[in-house]
Amino acid sequence: MTDRDQPEGFPVHPAPGGRVPDIETGGAVPVDFVQDRPPEAPPRSQWVDVWRQFRSHKGAVAGAAFFIFIVLAVMLGPLIWTIDPTYIDIRARNTGPSLAHPFGADQLGRDMLARMMAGGRTSVAVGMTAMLLALSLGTLIGVLAGFFRSLDGPLMRLTDLFLALPLLPLLLVMVMLFRQTLATNFGPETGIFILIVVAIGLTSWMPTARIVRGDVLAIKEREFVLAARSIGTTNSRLIGRHILPNVLSPIMVSATLGIANAIITESALSFLGLGFPPDFPTWGRLLYDATDYLQQYPERVFWPGLAISLTVLSVNYIGDGLRDALDPRIRGR
Amino acid sequence: MNEAPPLLSVRNLRTHFVGEEETVCAVDGLSIDIRRGETLALVGESGSGKSVASLSIMRLLDPASGRVAADEIVFEGEDLLAKSEAEMRAIRGNEIAMIFQEPMTSLNPVYTVGEQIAEAVRLHQDASPKVALRRAAEMLDLVGIPEAAKRVHVFPHEMSGGMRQRVMIAMALCCNPKLLIADEPTTALDVTIQAQILELMRTLQQQIGMSILFITHDLGVVAEIADRVVVMYAGRAVEDAPVEAIFEQPRMPYTQGLLRSVPRVDRFADEQEPLYAIPGSIPSPSRLPKGCSFHPRCPHAAEICRRSVPELERVAQDHHVRCVRWREIEAPREVPA
Repeated sequence: MTDRDQPEGFPVHPAPGGRVPDIETGGAVPVDFVQDRPPEAPPRSQWVDVWRQFRSHKGAVAGAAFFIFIVLAVMLGPLIWTIDPTYIDIRARNTGPSLAHPFGADQLGRDMLARMMAGGRTSVAVGMTAMLLALSLGTLIGVLAGFFRSLDGPLMRLTDLFLALPLLPLLLVMVMLFRQTLATNFGPETGIFILIVVAIGLTSWMPTARIVRGDVLAIKEREFVLAARSIGTTNSRLIGRHILPNVLSPIMVSATLGIANAIITESALSFLGLGFPPDFPTWGRLLYDATDYLQQYPERVFWPGLAISLTVLSVNYIGDGLRDALDPRIRGR
Repeated sequence: MNEAPPLLSVRNLRTHFVGEEETVCAVDGLSIDIRRGETLALVGESGSGKSVASLSIMRLLDPASGRVAADEIVFEGEDLLAKSEAEMRAIRGNEIAMIFQEPMTSLNPVYTVGEQIAEAVRLHQDASPKVALRRAAEMLDLVGIPEAAKRVHVFPHEMSGGMRQRVMIAMALCCNPKLLIADEPTTALDVTIQAQILELMRTLQQQIGMSILFITHDLGVVAEIADRVVVMYAGRAVEDAPVEAIFEQPRMPYTQGLLRSVPRVDRFADEQEPLYAIPGSIPSPSRLPKGCSFHPRCPHAAEICRRSVPELERVAQDHHVRCVRWREIEAPREVPA
């Protein structure tokens, strides 16, 4: 160890006489040299550590790279590939991949690449927003149920009730009831976006709530919660600072599964014709349109299917890596 | 000596746990006084109600199951039972602090130790995060952690058990409390670390001038640190006395039994009588025997012991015992070292 390695303000433990004791000779090592020494590394920022741990998870890095690629492609892609996804080039209908249409063109001659990008934008946006909604709702209900014993029964029975509701008829009714109102207030696209996000969010928070409740119940009995209460911590601070960070990993896992679930549910809704209007592409809608031509043009199912699967997979890996990176016990030193 | 009012005075504390089928009385009529600067040890087997008593005083029991009642719990002239939850929060950590048995689980794994000590400071003193963290470093230094300024950035899992218990002590003492409740703080530590922690607590007690309520089942630790001792059995105080009297003239058969079951290091193995064990085990609080709750295990039990619960009787100045036959039972002649 030289002075150069040592950060300022943290003096080296001096070896008396400036001599480093020779361990191999088995000679007496000066006492103040073997005494308790602090960790060698200088104080470092927590986020640097998080980033380092995240980077060491290969799958997470690959997932993050792919997810960023997808997001960039659907956000910026239309600026480069300027064909309107609704433009009908009737002479190109049902053609395979070509220079003019790299992913081919559909039964009306619309460019598949442009439609994939436009569809991806909707699907990813729906997935993220619906996941955030479901996650906040699930976490809120789970924490309240786990922390306050008097709320546990009512909230968990509510969760059971939602789990028991038949999902598709419920969505059908919601779309029937609110589509018109929302469409007139926010315009057809935004209206249906809100409707779908809320519908998915309201019907998929239950697993998160159950997982979070279970974890909160376990964490609540740990001694550090009692210790925190014994220094006079308020309930809200106890939940925010001591309990939530410790249930972060199941929440992260729920989040990644939630995005995947939301994209797939949106696909299913569009597939059933309950989602976005027919001329408004989403990945699910593209999949739905392509199934009619499955036997003649199987590649048209392939592209949106691949995009959905890979996005879901990459998000799952990101969640896995994040969970490891955010847990100081796994992160280690 | 007795003129000054005690720092904490608990009169007739009763704590019940309400279950589905039965109500269990974990602490039954406990009365203790802690004077300023004094260390009171609360001694007893597992299940004798020592921890429950301390949590009751702090009002940290879940109100849904634990019912706390007492004639009074007076701390610094104020009745803790009459306080609102918010007023109690202002007292916890600030005036009365607590340390726990398991240093391994008493710290939140997701925060650095500095942040956790700083939290206590920020809760009770209007300090900025920076000031609080500096205070945390001072406290770590005070409890004997080397290079404290650097160690505040360390996570609990990077520390050993003894270090973590020091952190817990730092956390408890950072607001200079008047009373420290230590719930078996040395039980999970090995003997050398135990000695260090006890020494540390004693030094800090002198520096800060606080009182300590020390809960333990370890008589060796009691001899080390206590000024006065309250022995608990099955939720009741059975003997209270200054520490010398407990070790030299224990009057309650239970205390005598406890002392006889500790191996002696001051005698050679061949001079030593076989180690004594109190027969049986502590009764479940839901099925306490009639009369004196110790009588089924007591070598001196008589008919009268089965009839009624004995009162605490005064033996000498500051020495009380809950045994009807204490006059007939001889105090052990020999004085243990």
